[in-house]
Amino acid sequence: MSAIAFLEPDAGVIARRGAIIAGLVECVGADGLVSEERELKPFETDGFAAYRRMPLAVVLPKTTAEVASVMRFLHAEGVKVVARGAGTSLSGGAIPEEDAVVLGLSRMSRILEIDLPNRLARVQAGVTNLAISDAVDADGFFYAPDPSSQLACTIGGNIGMNSGGAHCLKYGVTTNNLLGVTLVLADGTVTEIGGGALDGAGLDLLGLVCGSEGQLGIVTEATVRLIAKPEGQRPVLFGFPSSESASACVSDIIAAGIVPVAIEFMDRPAIAICEAFAHAGYPLDAEALLIVEVEGSTVEMDAMLRKIVDIAHRHAVMTVKESQSAYEAALIWKGRKSAFGATGRVADYICMDGTVPLSQLTRVLRQTAEIVAAYGLRVANVFHAGDGNMHPLILYNVNDPVEAEKAEAAGMDILKLCVEAGGCLTGEHGVGIEKRDLMRHQFSKAELDQQMRVRAAFDPAWRLNPSKVFPLDDRGAA
Amino acid sequence: MNHVVPSSELEAAAIIRDAAARGESVEIVGGGTKRGVGRPVEAATRISTAGLTGVTAYNPAEMVMTARAGTPLAEIEAALAANSQRLSFEPPDFRAFLASAGEPTIGALAAANLSGPRRIVAGAARDSLLGVRFINGAGEILSSGGRVMKNVTGLDLVKLLAGSWGTLGLLTEVTFKVQPAPETEETLAVRGLLDDAAANAMAHALATSAEVSGAAHLPEPLSKTVGGGLLGSDPATLLRVEGFAESVRLRIEKLKARLAGAGAFETVGEAHSRAIWRDIGNVAPFADETGKPVWRISLKPTEGHAFALALRREALASVFYDWQGGLVWARLEDAAEADIVRRLVRAHGGGHATLWRASPAIRAAVSPFEPQTPALTALSERVRKAFDPKGILNPGRMGP
Repeated sequence: MSAIAFLEPDAGVIARRGAIIAGLVECVGADGLVSEERELKPFETDGFAAYRRMPLAVVLPKTTAEVASVMRFLHAEGVKVVARGAGTSLSGGAIPEEDAVVLGLSRMSRILEIDLPNRLARVQAGVTNLAISDAVDADGFFYAPDPSSQLACTIGGNIGMNSGGAHCLKYGVTTNNLLGVTLVLADGTVTEIGGGALDGAGLDLLGLVCGSEGQLGIVTEATVRLIAKPEGQRPVLFGFPSSESASACVSDIIAAGIVPVAIEFMDRPAIAICEAFAHAGYPLDAEALLIVEVEGSTVEMDAMLRKIVDIAHRHAVMTVKESQSAYEAALIWKGRKSAFGATGRVADYICMDGTVPLSQLTRVLRQTAEIVAAYGLRVANVFHAGDGNMHPLILYNVNDPVEAEKAEAAGMDILKLCVEAGGCLTGEHGVGIEKRDLMRHQFSKAELDQQMRVRAAFDPAWRLNPSKVFPLDDRGAA
Repeated sequence: MNHVVPSSELEAAAIIRDAAARGESVEIVGGGTKRGVGRPVEAATRISTAGLTGVTAYNPAEMVMTARAGTPLAEIEAALAANSQRLSFEPPDFRAFLASAGEPTIGALAAANLSGPRRIVAGAARDSLLGVRFINGAGEILSSGGRVMKNVTGLDLVKLLAGSWGTLGLLTEVTFKVQPAPETEETLAVRGLLDDAAANAMAHALATSAEVSGAAHLPEPLSKTVGGGLLGSDPATLLRVEGFAESVRLRIEKLKARLAGAGAFETVGEAHSRAIWRDIGNVAPFADETGKPVWRISLKPTEGHAFALALRREALASVFYDWQGGLVWARLEDAAEADIVRRLVRAHGGGHATLWRASPAIRAAVSPFEPQTPALTALSERVRKAFDPKGILNPGRMGP
């Protein structure tokens, strides 16, 4: 595999490993430290499993104070830090480095406060995304961003990547649902940014921290917005004879002034894979499938669906399947949300995450197919069509180094295509290591330098998740 | 002061580069309608975006609009309305409130991160702002974000630029997400509630699935200052619902059922509803030509009324509430009383207070923007230096 480079490990730090581990034990106690090779193994990679590095150690603090003491110690020792939530990153954002300590937030999993009159929850960063919604479900509320990994992924990781999900067309992504964080800076200083009010004071550091991939500090607590659940939700399945007709249908739905909560797209290979796994009743004869979800009262949903179905009929829709029960609705979503896992059962894959303007969807889909075919590989597309966030899954055999190389090259070509089409490299998975070396396709040198100067305002010594996001060479200007 | 109106981004960049080379400061203005907010800026040159105008890309089917920073907001709103779309965050027009003249621009909307009553469901300008082009303090032309709704590529400088009041860069072009305008709207007024009961009613309304898109409370007698006076001067707790007609009707019924017994109900009709919320967003209750100090206080919604009560115990003040009570507009009848206001914000769960209207002398004497903790102040200063190493852009505007 044409390996993505990491920074050269600092031999001096590795030589001091014993002393560093002893210092960390002082901070968090022996039960908060992982240092045996066998126990470190599960931390060597994340959801981007083609790359792995053993960390120097893993530290698992339980409180903000413990995180601060760990950060003060590592600052004094000049040791790098890689923050980790549940390790579900698809871009390698949580992959360790040999001379870095992984700061895992899994033991910070308490919900600290639920304030329904103000519709907010204050949680520790290791709380899972779904746990927040579960905690307020009975009271009629939910936390809106819903990445597919929501059962496992943590709110800290969501903030690190500014995670999205299927329903962000209506409710926005993490940054739009975040009111405040407790951020421990590189030197161990504890800061509170934002809080219970809708707008923060001063520069919008909260907006900057969200999506900064663990490079600006360690988020230990978060205040997130809760939203009253809609009266009802109803997903509808549409099967189309071509990707073009499905894409055109999406454009027309939006042009008609209808904004469903979700519009999800799958192509034929993805339909087959998901149906074989979930038995959701997906139409196997369709070239493309849309899941359109509307919500509100029965009257509202009926009216919206009527308009949407009319539009679909103008685009030669073959199958229209409305869910008749909560069970059917859950089944329809099960197929979509398990798409990545289901794909993993039939082949190894890498998942791209570029976003393109809606007017470019059809062209980019077609050219994506051409790019992957030219490498002799197969692709399955499953993505958020309403917001142009594409997820081509390039299928390959991980044990065949030639195929692996081709898959990676095809992925890079697709991302360049997304940028060229007026879009971006990553809509919700983050840059991590995966897309780091493509950043120059998105940004000019001056723009990258500007971002790196901002980064350096938080972490002048480049100790926080340093191998990620920014190309390794030419960091000097910052 | 030297006043320049560049007609291109390149020209603007050259002006800033030259100023940086001389180490001279630059005041950045759009239409100049909000020049009276924040610390007065003393600069050698005033640079206006008035020459950078025009919608550069707008395809309604993409729900995205790009315009040069100096484009009048009115022109943008007309272009969107022609396609039955709108900016979801409900940009306010503060001209009457601030007694200022000129044309508010789309760039200033981003630079000040403004939003109106719909902020409680649709977010602020920063939540709709997808991309910016800007010139930093070194005169470099840069862009961040783009024209797509989901983008996590690199650091989110778009958020930083939003609400930075020209202290990080001169915005030259902005891209906003837009949304379809709903078919109609209606406002339910619950009458006669005291502030604490109003806060309770608003919290209950927002806990329903009625998708309330505006929740404000106007105590007596400020209620008569909005919507042409049709509400009279009795307290009015206002709840707005938007959508298609049948849905709006059903959701108003749902709110009435939930709030049964709270007070007398009135509905105002679509036209009056629009007028009322426009006036609330524009701070019409204090568009009084008195020039008296007005604070904009952001805190937890349930703390708003308790804060206001405490404030009125210590100083002569009139208040009204937007954002379910989380946004308090307070007019001080005598001095600005910054110390009292900020102490009480801290005592009521925290948040921040910004002095939105006051004489230049007062704005020079007290900090119009909320002072932050030493750690955040130091961090923000380092971030500013990363954009504007010589500190020449709107120096001190947001300063303590």
